[in-house]
Amino acid sequence: MIDQRKNTVISIVILLPSILLVGIFVYGFIGNTIVVSLTDWGHALGGLSLHPQKNFVGLQNYRDLFTNFIHGRFRQDLINAVFYSIILMAGALSLGFFFAVLLDRKVRGEGFFRTLFLYPMALSFIVTGTIWRWLFAPSGGFNIIPTFFGGEPVDFLWISSRKRVLSFNWQNLPQIFFTAAAIFFTVVILQQLITRSDKHRLRNLIIWGVSVLYVVVLHRLLPPILPVEELHGYNLATLGISIASVWQYAGYTMALYLAGLRALPESLKESAQLDGAGEFLFYWKIAIPNLKPITLSAVIVLAHISLKMFDLIYAMAGADNANTGHPSINMYLTTFRANNFAVGAAMAVILFILAAFFIIPYLVNTHREMR
Amino acid sequence: MKHPTARLYINRIILYCVLGLFTVLFLLPVYMTVVTSLKQPADINLATSWSLPNPVFLKSFSTAWKLLGPNLKNSLILSFSATIISAFIGSINGYVFSKNKFKGSDLIFTLILFGMFIPYQIILIPLFQTLKTIGLYGSISGLILAHVVYGIPIVSLLFRNFYDQIPNDILESARLDGAGFFYIFSHIMLPLSVPGFVTVGIWQFTQIWNEFLWGITLTKQSSNPVTVGLSQLAGGQAVSWNLPMAGAIITAFPVILIFIFMGKYFIRGLLSGSVKG
Amino acid sequence: MKKLAQMVILLGLSSLILIFPLFASGTPEQAASGTQKTVEQVQLNNNIPSGDLEIFSWWAGDEGPALEALIKVFKAKYPKVNVINATVTGGSGVNAKAVLKTRMLGGDPPESFQVHAGQELIGTWVTAERMVDLTPLFEAEGWTDVFPEDLLKLLGTDDGIWSVPVNIHRSNVMWYIPANLKKWGVEAPTTWADFLKIAPQLQAKGVIPLSVGQTWTVNHLWESVALGVLGPEDYSALWEGEIPWTDNRVVDVWRTFAKVLDYTNKDAASLSWQQATDMVVNGKAAFNIMGDWAAGYMTTTLNLDPGKDYGWVPSPETKGTFMFLADSFGLPVGVENPDAAVAWLKTCGSLEGSDTFNPLKGSISARTDSDLSLYNAYLRSAASDFGSNRIVGSLAHGVVANEGFMNDFSTVMEMFLSSRDPQQAANACQAIAIQNGMIR
Repeated sequence: MIDQRKNTVISIVILLPSILLVGIFVYGFIGNTIVVSLTDWGHALGGLSLHPQKNFVGLQNYRDLFTNFIHGRFRQDLINAVFYSIILMAGALSLGFFFAVLLDRKVRGEGFFRTLFLYPMALSFIVTGTIWRWLFAPSGGFNIIPTFFGGEPVDFLWISSRKRVLSFNWQNLPQIFFTAAAIFFTVVILQQLITRSDKHRLRNLIIWGVSVLYVVVLHRLLPPILPVEELHGYNLATLGISIASVWQYAGYTMALYLAGLRALPESLKESAQLDGAGEFLFYWKIAIPNLKPITLSAVIVLAHISLKMFDLIYAMAGADNANTGHPSINMYLTTFRANNFAVGAAMAVILFILAAFFIIPYLVNTHREMR
Repeated sequence: MKHPTARLYINRIILYCVLGLFTVLFLLPVYMTVVTSLKQPADINLATSWSLPNPVFLKSFSTAWKLLGPNLKNSLILSFSATIISAFIGSINGYVFSKNKFKGSDLIFTLILFGMFIPYQIILIPLFQTLKTIGLYGSISGLILAHVVYGIPIVSLLFRNFYDQIPNDILESARLDGAGFFYIFSHIMLPLSVPGFVTVGIWQFTQIWNEFLWGITLTKQSSNPVTVGLSQLAGGQAVSWNLPMAGAIITAFPVILIFIFMGKYFIRGLLSGSVKG
Repeated sequence: MKKLAQMVILLGLSSLILIFPLFASGTPEQAASGTQKTVEQVQLNNNIPSGDLEIFSWWAGDEGPALEALIKVFKAKYPKVNVINATVTGGSGVNAKAVLKTRMLGGDPPESFQVHAGQELIGTWVTAERMVDLTPLFEAEGWTDVFPEDLLKLLGTDDGIWSVPVNIHRSNVMWYIPANLKKWGVEAPTTWADFLKIAPQLQAKGVIPLSVGQTWTVNHLWESVALGVLGPEDYSALWEGEIPWTDNRVVDVWRTFAKVLDYTNKDAASLSWQQATDMVVNGKAAFNIMGDWAAGYMTTTLNLDPGKDYGWVPSPETKGTFMFLADSFGLPVGVENPDAAVAWLKTCGSLEGSDTFNPLKGSISARTDSDLSLYNAYLRSAASDFGSNRIVGSLAHGVVANEGFMNDFSTVMEMFLSSRDPQQAANACQAIAIQNGMIR
């Protein structure tokens, strides 16, 4: 017992420097950013003076970001950020797993392939960005490869593209959100109706039923959030950048999965073989579920990386290409080019919340495991 | 008997074909970098981007090496120090979060984890002001501190996950024998941690090596890391790309060396040790 | 044990709250003197400058030699000063701005920093009372006689003159290859109507009439169109807030611009300005409107002969007007070594300094008494235009609009590129002009 207490004390002392440093450098700074985002610092000229005017304006900056026409670009950047993150994760995880599976088979020259897939991480983004920009240049790069084989050059404009798929009107956003919520709640209600256990059934039914009603009523009561129609969607221009980002990080997930696959006990493989399960089933039903902790931590790491896409986008498409924009670039320009510190801070807070969303599956999983 | 062997043979061919295809895809950017670094400035344009250099122009490398020399030194000091410090902090934090949990430790871990999602651009101003207050602005040490601090969340996460895979029985039996916190750490955890150190080491080293924004804001001329030097090569109104491409190859070289070197330890670490059941 | 843990956590969190005041920099104090702005004037003295001089710029790569030559001139005159050449490259100056602003906010100003003369400096630093008024210096050095009148007006405000231009670039130039034009049987257009007439002919031959690159080059093109459609009088009036952006003449600019854009290359967003110039050089495009650093690129990197291998005219309908942009250096308030900084400014504006710097940079001097024998064929023609033309300021390069407006203008331009709606663009510009204090 005494040992347990001693252990805990030592643990806390060990953690103390980390807690203090993170407390100051992360939470202190975030606090500062939040405070700035609630002022009007930089709205007028003179934001850089020794004693700039900073008046408290509450949530006006956040409201502006979502309703002012000049910030239509920020709204598209948010949509872009979601797509960038999701495609990066899906791409890096699946490609990385695929490579790990390939390399797990006693391949000759495994060291070479491993380094090959891993090396993109080593390159500086300035170079990666420029090279990929050339590769995706509509009049050079990938588009002219078919001509080497006697074909026609490809027509796609890659980063210069203004095409958009899955467009939706931002004015419809609340409707979309509430429709989705209503569907979700209805599904849960149906699920409750189907389960046999009576224990909390009535209580749950009431809770979810009320939620549906609440959602539907709110939907009717809210005013339109934008006066003008504004279309957003998946910008095809981001495709080139997503490809470059997956190229850069597939190797890392590959390394993680390779280690994970190698660490799987032989017994699992043997029992699968004994049961006559094919390779595909082995990976699908046994390997992947067992590798879930790796997947979850990789998701968090990739979410962290999707913030760093700033460098890649900046180098590939430049700061002013609205089709490939990302909130971090917008924030950088707003703060350091337009001197609008308060709005930049508000963008940063929103970006932080957006990125932090990806921690949720990890937390849910850990929580469930503790139970 | 013939069937299984034939099938195995075909499988191997398909395997190598697929790997070959991806090799080509992955090497395309390298090809372009190398080819451009060997061209003369006037030969570099979009239409001829795929063609081989003719004539081969080697001077870019010597020029780049001369210009990047001091920056490389700075980056080496920066990346090695910060990575080593980071890795140790990560391992001991991971040890606590994974094997010495106490009430509230998971909450602390989650709170620290959120530090991963802070965009570097927004903390530029407060970071600068803080470093200036402490007196570390303008030197490599300030940059090392910044990278170590902002690396704490991710290294703690990586090590915690890594240690989660080590079964608890080994620790239990050691504890029953009377081993304490530090004994277990130094005699049991550390020897098993080689793959963990490799992963964390590779990750932190590359991230720190390639980081640009802090490198340019928080250092002065003499302490500029190599990313800053590289961007100077790529600066100017009319960039002759052969020079920055040569510089990029030189810049990437130490990191690739680390990959190759550490890759071996990676595999060795995995096959030895009692991690496998 | 859990009590201990909880106490530790609580202690930690509460101490965070105590840290917050550390960052509450800049409490909303009202200026005690009301609307009276105290403008610091430069102190001129006869001290021999010594110590450290930190020059902050974003020149690197091929622009480096020009700055170094200027520093050499400086060092010859003031040998006791230790010059620190601090350059921050990348993002056409955005990174430099980020570093500079971080340093200024953190209380570590460099002795002098490169900045575009005009509203980019004024709107950011002068209104923040971070710059020293240089009028005494201008008078002492006789620059008020040697710089053109129009230029001086755009360099300063009612409260003073804020920076010393070290070079002058021209924005409204249209480049072409004479041999190609002859081959296609067209001549360089003198009006936009002309251009719109010959453009379809060029398209029929498979040539792109006008090449353009990423967004800032589109802004650059826009300002030439604006100057052409509005004429110098209305153009200047627009920036002084005398004409609203919703005026029909301004909407006309957007209408013409939309028509011109129809004849540009579709892959513009992924091209750098050099690649757009390359299109003209290798015959894929006929014309390109770019600042005269394009001349430097074509002469020095591509080894083309000015006048023979490549030609230039003022952008359509802008003949007789010189749209300028200038890199300049100013004196921040509160630097450690003001004497050395003033000495640097003197060198920047001196005849020897600017005539050493500019031939290497590929620009012309702001001084009307510059020695033109040192400059190449293009620069000589530019200098003679500068001495005789009406001078107006560039938008894309910070002379006539402050940084907030320029940032928002880029967004409006992106919107326009997608929608091609002139009225919407005009309304948006009016809104952002008001928001950024351009319309008083």
